[in-house]
Amino acid sequence: MNTAPIVACIPALRRYARALTGDAWMADDLVQDTLERACAKWSLWRVGSDLRAWLFAIMHNVWVNQVRQGGARATLVDIDEASHELVAPDTEPAVMIDLQRCLLRLPDEQRAVLLLAALEDFSYQDIAKVLGIPAGTVMSRLSRARLRLAELMDGAQPPTSTRPALRRLK
Amino acid sequence: MSNPTDTDDDAARWSAQRDALRGLHRELLHEPVPEHLLQTVEQAANSGSWSRRWMRAGALAASVLVAFGAGWMGHGQWTSRAPIAGTQAARASAPVALAFAHDAAVAHAVFSPEKRHPVEVTATDQQHLVQWLSRRLDKPLKVPDLSAEGYSLVGGRLLPGASGARAQFMFEDPAGQRITLYIGALADRNGAASQESAFRFAAGDPVPSFYWVDQGFGYALSGKLPRETLLNLAGAVYKQL
Repeated sequence: MNTAPIVACIPALRRYARALTGDAWMADDLVQDTLERACAKWSLWRVGSDLRAWLFAIMHNVWVNQVRQGGARATLVDIDEASHELVAPDTEPAVMIDLQRCLLRLPDEQRAVLLLAALEDFSYQDIAKVLGIPAGTVMSRLSRARLRLAELMDGAQPPTSTRPALRRLK
Repeated sequence: MSNPTDTDDDAARWSAQRDALRGLHRELLHEPVPEHLLQTVEQAANSGSWSRRWMRAGALAASVLVAFGAGWMGHGQWTSRAPIAGTQAARASAPVALAFAHDAAVAHAVFSPEKRHPVEVTATDQQHLVQWLSRRLDKPLKVPDLSAEGYSLVGGRLLPGASGARAQFMFEDPAGQRITLYIGALADRNGAASQESAFRFAAGDPVPSFYWVDQGFGYALSGKLPRETLLNLAGAVYKQL
C-alpha cells in the first residue's frame, strides 16, 4: 500500500481536528485514530474517488463516536487554561483565541459543516457525503453556523469583563 | 460558497468570516507531521502487507505439510490430521478470537526480530507506557511481572487491529529470547463483546501463541517456544491480569 497520498492529507486533518476540538492533544488523538482506521479499511477506498473526502468522513465518524461517549466534550473544560495554545503565530492572537472559543460554542454539527466549508473548500455535496446528511441540511446548517458565529464574535469583541466565562462541562 | 438568499453584504461578511477561519491553526499546515502520526500510517500499512505475506507463507507451509504427509508418511498422515481438524473446529467456533491470535502472531513475527526499534516506548518509561496504552485501549492495563520466569519487560507499542487499537508488550530473557503479550478489545461481527474462553493454542501462524478472552478483551502470548513453556508463561500472565 502506498502511504504517500494519506500522509499528504495529514496536515489538513490536523488543522481541522484542532479547530473542531480546540485541543492539541485531543486533535492529534483524533487524527491518529482516523489514520489507524483508514489504513485498516484501506481496501474499502475506491481508487479514483476523493481520498481527502474519504479520510474526513472517517474522521467525522471517529469524532461522532467520541462525542457520543462523552470523551470529546471534556476539552471545553480547559479552554481557559489552554488558551495560550490557541495562538496562531501569523495572525492577531486575541482574535484567533476568540474565534476558537466562539467556534466551540457552536453546536457540534454546525461547527463541523462550517469548518469543512471554510478550511477545506468542500462543496455542499462533498460535505453532505462526509457527514452523511442531505445537501439541503448542509446548506441550512452552514447559514445557521455563520450567523451564530458572527453573533458570538460580535459579543466577544472587544473583550469585556462581563462576558460570561465558558461553562465547565465535565 | 454562498446561499441563493444571501445579499451582497452577507456574501462579503461570510467571505471575511471564512478568511478569519482559514487563519485558525494555519501553522499546522506548514509544520512537519509529527513522527508518531507518520509511524501510525507506516505501521498500519506494513502490518497489512506483513499479514498477507505471512498468510501466503502459511498456506505454502500447510500445503507442503499435507503433500509430505500424504505422499511420504502413509498412515502417519492420520496423526497429523487430528490437529488440523481441531484447528478448523476452533476456527468455526471462535473466528474472532482466532483472527486475533493470528494478528498477535504476525505482530510478534514483525517486531520481535527488530534490533533498533522493537518497541515504541521502552520499559524505562514503564509508567508512561502503561498509562498511554491504557488510554488508547480505553481499559486500565497492567503489565505482568515475568521476572520469576526469567523474562524482563522490553517495552510496548500500539498497533491497529480489526476492532480498535491493540497493545503489544514485549519481554525477553537473558539469552535474548523474546515473547510478546498482545491485548485488544474483541467484538464479534454484531459488535457484541466476545465471551470468555479457556486457553487456546494456535500452533504457529507464524509463531505459536496461547490466547484467551476475558471480559471482552483478547489476550495472546506469542513466542518461538515449546508448547509447555509457553503455556506456563501464559498461566503466569493470566494470574496477574
